[in-house]
Amino acid sequence: MEHKLDARGLSCPEPVIITKKAIEKDKLENFTILVDAHVAVENITRFVKSKGYNIIVSESEGEYSLTISK
Amino acid sequence: MNSKLKMFISGGVIGLVGVVLLILGNPGNMGLCIACFWRDITGALGLHRAGVVQYIRPEIIGIIFGSAIMAFIGGDFKSKGGSSPFVRFVLGFFLMIGALVFLGCPLRMIFRLANGDLNALIGLFGYVSGIFIGIQFLKKGYSLGKSIEQSQIAKYIMPIFGLVLLIFLVIRPAFILFSTEGPGSMAAPVIAALVGGLIVGALLQRTRICTAGGFRDLMLIKDTHFLFGLLGIFVFALAGNLIFNFDSFNLGFANQPIAHTNHLWNFLGMALVGLCSSLLGGCPIRQTVLASQGDSDAGITVLGLVMGAAFSHNFGLASSGAGPTSNGQIAVIIGLVVVSIIGYAVTRKSQLKVK
Repeated sequence: MEHKLDARGLSCPEPVIITKKAIEKDKLENFTILVDAHVAVENITRFVKSKGYNIIVSESEGEYSLTISK
Repeated sequence: MNSKLKMFISGGVIGLVGVVLLILGNPGNMGLCIACFWRDITGALGLHRAGVVQYIRPEIIGIIFGSAIMAFIGGDFKSKGGSSPFVRFVLGFFLMIGALVFLGCPLRMIFRLANGDLNALIGLFGYVSGIFIGIQFLKKGYSLGKSIEQSQIAKYIMPIFGLVLLIFLVIRPAFILFSTEGPGSMAAPVIAALVGGLIVGALLQRTRICTAGGFRDLMLIKDTHFLFGLLGIFVFALAGNLIFNFDSFNLGFANQPIAHTNHLWNFLGMALVGLCSSLLGGCPIRQTVLASQGDSDAGITVLGLVMGAAFSHNFGLASSGAGPTSNGQIAVIIGLVVVSIIGYAVTRKSQLKVK
């Protein structure tokens, strides 16, 4: 089952905290997270890369879908 | 370029702008201070009557325009808001009270430290402690909720406010107050301050540097990305002061410009600033930048800062070189209690939702 998280509209650093929880607590290896700000994309990208995960970013109408995988 | 080096150099440019503005006439160790500058604007608008701190600081106008223009180019200029605005207002309000008890925002804290003022080191300990407490709330689920898209007009409010301030600054109508003595009368030339603000605003918008974010990310996710920006501000400001401004460099606690040596209240004032900043998701500079790129929640936070500045000077909460006032001490305690209750209540609500 693919996990989809929604961090749209949340202010800094909540999108990163949600991602951190998904990786460290829920031990997810493949999931998608939705955000709506450049800064969240940058922060999450930096964080997951430091954890050794891959990330693919796709944008549509000002919203970003980040596909994160081990 | 390595991203940390990029942050370090961007921070360095901000540090140098601060040094240049200091040399050109800004008040002592106040090349840039977002809290002090909003406070001066609050005074110029007559919302407080402390005659020595009233001036329309062009740096703020520059930061508003620099951020807005850069956000427009980068696609970040968007109307959004609706994430607990009144709570943010209260957090902004108490943030300013804490900053004016310490005598400076986190940015001025770095500039003070870079000119030898060790009281700022005590402030830094307080600031980091406040952020640490804020992180504990964040880890337990603290969230001010989602913002949503707002009416298109919303994103123009802050730039238009900047324009209005610029008009007041140039025309100097009688109802706008300008200090003739004290820190409010000390200022770099308008054009230099505007250009400095534009550069700083553009850099801050693009790099997302935030003084709270730097320490928060270090503690929360062991990431030093933003911290390198802060380090850049400090190192370049220190080098700039030592090379170009050596007369003003004074290592120690005593006789520092626009500062006091009361360690407890320097610590607690900045602890309140750190706690508010981490619960808001950004320090006063970051809030000013976000407000300029269309974030109404940050705009409300800035109004909270302005209201906090007005109360601080109307009710004698702000410190002076002589030290903190008793009213200021009471206000910081009230602030720490109220902001902790907000943190607890918001966290508890989100935990109940999960169950």
